[in-house]
Amino acid sequence: MFEALGISPYQLYGQLVLGLINGSFYALLSLGLAVIFGLLNVINFAHGALYMLGAFGAYFALTLFGINYWGALILVPIGMALIGVFIERTMLKRLYQLDHLYGLLLTFGLALILEGAFRHYYGSSGMPYAAPKELQGPLNLGFMVLPLYRAWVIIVSLVLCFSTWFLIERTRLGAVLRASTENPILAQAFGINVPLLLTLTYAGGVALAGIAGVLAAPIYQVNPAMGSNLIIVIFAVVVVGGMGSILGAIVTGYALGILEGLTKVFYPPASAIVIFAVMAIVLLVRPAGLFGRGE
Amino acid sequence: MLDNAQPLLKVENLHSWYGESHILQGINIEVAKGETITLLGRNGAGKTTTLRSIMGVVRKRTGKIQFQNTDLIKLPQHRVAHQGIGYVPEERGIFASLSVDENLMLPPSVAKNGTSVQEIYQLFPNLLERKNSPGTKLSGGEQQMLAIARILRTGARFILLDEPTEGLAPVIVERIGEIILKLKSKGYTILLVEQNFRFAAKLADRHYVMEDGKVVDHINANELTEKSAALHKFLGV
Ligand SMILES: Nc1ncnc2c1ncn2[C@@H]1O[C@H](COP(=O)(O)OP(=O)(O)OP(=O)(O)O)[C@@H](O)[C@H]1O
Ligand SMILES: [Mg+2]
Repeated sequence: MFEALGISPYQLYGQLVLGLINGSFYALLSLGLAVIFGLLNVINFAHGALYMLGAFGAYFALTLFGINYWGALILVPIGMALIGVFIERTMLKRLYQLDHLYGLLLTFGLALILEGAFRHYYGSSGMPYAAPKELQGPLNLGFMVLPLYRAWVIIVSLVLCFSTWFLIERTRLGAVLRASTENPILAQAFGINVPLLLTLTYAGGVALAGIAGVLAAPIYQVNPAMGSNLIIVIFAVVVVGGMGSILGAIVTGYALGILEGLTKVFYPPASAIVIFAVMAIVLLVRPAGLFGRGE
Repeated sequence: MLDNAQPLLKVENLHSWYGESHILQGINIEVAKGETITLLGRNGAGKTTTLRSIMGVVRKRTGKIQFQNTDLIKLPQHRVAHQGIGYVPEERGIFASLSVDENLMLPPSVAKNGTSVQEIYQLFPNLLERKNSPGTKLSGGEQQMLAIARILRTGARFILLDEPTEGLAPVIVERIGEIILKLKSKGYTILLVEQNFRFAAKLADRHYVMEDGKVVDHINANELTEKSAALHKFLGV
């Protein structure tokens, strides 16, 4: 049916998969951003840089220690979580009493330092990182063929997003997190250790960024600029989904990734701006975002 | 005031501030184990601020809040409840993003032998029916029941209740009175803030009267009639 428009189904499927891949990263990263914002009230501008750090983590693990992809997939998020604990305990914690702007400035500064340091040592060209042997090669779905590794990324990101959603919306720990987000003072009056939750939440969000970085390494190469390229789009996703909304971040992440892919097929010149156009429209029509609770 | 037995809670020369406003101006209160005590006083007298200062919700405080062998002022906010204290706030504090059941299960246990969930749902059958709806979809009376129920679950034996009858229908007020009497008979210690003096008179062993951030009078249950004139002046009823 699309042949009439001069579009082959392969091109369409190809861009859909690409959109889904991008969407997977949008969802994973905006999810972490939303969780952090919800509880800490901090707009974590360092999220892109931490994602980049995750990818470098996989690269260092391999080149310095000979730890393969699977090892990195386990160890990098743990290391990143510890980095998150460090950032929260030593820096962010001091800013909670102040305006949001201070958290944003601090994390923006961290992002600049991290990205500047990596650009200094590794330049701006990417370093290749091979997909693991087990995930090389094509996957034939019948109507299309896609690289096995891409299918893996889509599945892992779906599983992670679902698990995070489940943890927050359906478990006891999630109820404690939601209560602490809604009314931290009362939660503490009930004996809930909110300061500890803040640390764990930041660590969890940073670990998610780290996993996203490892997943991205074989697809986008390992590049000091990979985070700053993405962070602006991620913010747009969070705004469209509704600041702090978990489900909003996930659904919007995938949806905007796919929309971007489709735009590449039907009207390529608009593909670079379509996400921001959607953001502008949503802000006009529904300022609290598609899934936001509003005031 | 009290026998020489050491009180469970002893508030000494408590001063509290909201930012620059100096609200509590040297409060002294004692509560013995098993007593039911009320704080009476007009709007703005500082009753809620007293409870918030005990719970550590208000942070800027001086003086001493001795509970058993601990000075609560020295504790981080989240450690206060773990001393065995339950707080039912004035605004009830039901979480909108949690279901009724999640609200009930939220506060961590602070002592052994808390009321079991089964018993709680027996005591408050309405809550069981609405188990899965969002907490704030409950009626005012049901929210108040939930606010009390979730504290009983934690095992706290000392309970701070801030105006539990405010804005509720007479039948529900009566029901809450029954619950408080029942807790009293089970040996709970209760510090109750009330504007509804008739309600408080039926429950409490002693009353403290507050005005302008100070305790201005102390009344034993058996002195109520003789002191009623003074009381009317303070409460402005
Ligand atoms: N968050 C706050 N910031 C500043 N001032 C406050 C705050 N909360 C209460 N106050 C002031 O502190 C004083 C005591 O208030 P508090 O709420 O303790 O009174 P109350 O005795 O509980 O009154 P009510 O019977 O109306 O509940 C009042 O003058 C009030 O205006
Ligand atoms: Mg009050």
